[in-house]
Amino acid sequence: MIQVVDLVKRYRKASRNAVDGISFEAGPGEFFALLGPNGAGKTTTISILTTTLLPSSGKATIAGYDLVSQASAVRRLVGIIFQRPSLDQNLTGEENVRLHAILYGINRYAPSFRLMEPAYRRRVEELAELLGIGKEVFDPVRTYSGGMRRKLEIVRSLMHEPKVLFLDEPTAGLDPPSRRTLWSYLDDVRRRQSTTIFLTTHYIEEAEQADKVCFIDGGKVVASGTPAELKAALVDEYIVVDADNRAALEAELTRLGLNHTGGGPFKVPLDASRTHQALRSIETPLTVVRTHAPTLEDAYLEIVEKPDAELGDA
Amino acid sequence: MHELSAVLAIAHRDFVKLIRDRPRIIADLAFPLIFIAILGTSLQAGFGGSGGFNLLTFVFTGVLAQTIWQSSALGVISLIADREQDYSQEMFVSPVSRYSIIAGKILGESLVALPQAIAIIVLGLALGVPLSLPFLLSLIPVAFVIAIFGGAFGVIVLSNLRSQQAANQIFPFVMLPQFFLAGVFNPIGNLPWYLDIVSHISPMRYAIDLLRDVYYGALPEAVPVALYSAPVNLAVIGAMFVLFMGVGTTLFVRSERNR
Repeated sequence: MIQVVDLVKRYRKASRNAVDGISFEAGPGEFFALLGPNGAGKTTTISILTTTLLPSSGKATIAGYDLVSQASAVRRLVGIIFQRPSLDQNLTGEENVRLHAILYGINRYAPSFRLMEPAYRRRVEELAELLGIGKEVFDPVRTYSGGMRRKLEIVRSLMHEPKVLFLDEPTAGLDPPSRRTLWSYLDDVRRRQSTTIFLTTHYIEEAEQADKVCFIDGGKVVASGTPAELKAALVDEYIVVDADNRAALEAELTRLGLNHTGGGPFKVPLDASRTHQALRSIETPLTVVRTHAPTLEDAYLEIVEKPDAELGDA
Repeated sequence: MHELSAVLAIAHRDFVKLIRDRPRIIADLAFPLIFIAILGTSLQAGFGGSGGFNLLTFVFTGVLAQTIWQSSALGVISLIADREQDYSQEMFVSPVSRYSIIAGKILGESLVALPQAIAIIVLGLALGVPLSLPFLLSLIPVAFVIAIFGGAFGVIVLSNLRSQQAANQIFPFVMLPQFFLAGVFNPIGNLPWYLDIVSHISPMRYAIDLLRDVYYGALPEAVPVALYSAPVNLAVIGAMFVLFMGVGTTLFVRSERNR
């Protein structure tokens, strides 16, 4: 659905590439997450993919349409939730939705809600129900809560049934309950309409559910794969064991051929499949057994905190 | 059909925003009020009649045209602020042609300028500026021409700007000199040659002169006040409009994505 090959973007008068030859792919209905620290090139990438920015070189297509030469076809197929709110605060919820419907050619212009096509009015009723609001849909957006605004933006962006939904840090500034409802709604949409979801986020745990994750830093892809693959490749899995009789335990670990570090507790590098067997074979009474199961966040930190990572663009 | 709908919807949004934004309405009317009621009245009291025409009326006609023209120009320039903040992110990722976005914006900002014109006319009536019915009727198309022309000027300015900050900085250099070069308050019939050249470049000059053509019509005062006949002004406005729209939209559409 999304194909990106050697994409490069250097802003005018910039001394380095904001995006420096990245490539990736996301299939239909896939949940794709693009992660990286501030300034890594996430927003630049999303701007190019949503056709508001021209790449310096490289090729990108969405559903086979070229982002540069067929921008208008691409725009019909994608929906976007921007990092910064994109609702017009002076308009009502319904007026925001109406403008979207007209801009995307779903409905024709009419000067008021009452004069809009019946199909549109029914749609707004459904939307209001979905959002759990009634007449408030006719109130200015200014009066809505943060979570409600985000939800309205998402509902709006799905009106034209996009094949790809871009979410640029969609949950920034939302409280945990709002984030949770939002995600369950998005999961539902993805399953029902097999919409490809393209996410950038700072909340790494939101990417745990992704089908594919791509880490970028300094404009380059530094790692990509499923969350499980990334964790396995980037983070050590190990168990921590300790015993009252440390000398005996250490001798036993050595005898069993298990590498270990530390003078107690001992850190034993092991992947999950071998943990059980190893534990069974240890006879010294253990006082501590801890397994370290890596999270995507560990993998992320592993990349971001590398000493050779570029500093100075803060 | 889709594009036309989009143009109307974008214009509609601008108009609705104006109606809901009371502080802006007041701010928009404060300047014309000061110019006409204070400057116009005091000029007339001080120098009245020395040039063979009424200065209050002169300032009134000047400010009326200037307000309409400038309101729509600034309104179109506000697309840049939109781009940085909220809403137009949404507009620019939609499958509507960039030309339609600009057309909608010009139309909308022209509609926004017209209520201001009405308010200024009410003010003129209150101050005793003689306003005939034929003038008021012919003002309708003229005001629209001026507003659309102002919008086109907004497009050419917009296409050369990168940020709202740049717009705020450049504004005094683009607008303020035109107040004097275009003859909003001061007669410009006898400018020194170098100012005369700049004055002829000032687009606002033709907007104001067109409105004065219509106001003064066959009055004896028309001779010292109006510079060119209405057809000449319309021709210049038409040429500038085509130039601004052609160059402005091309540059704007290009710079939009090519950062």
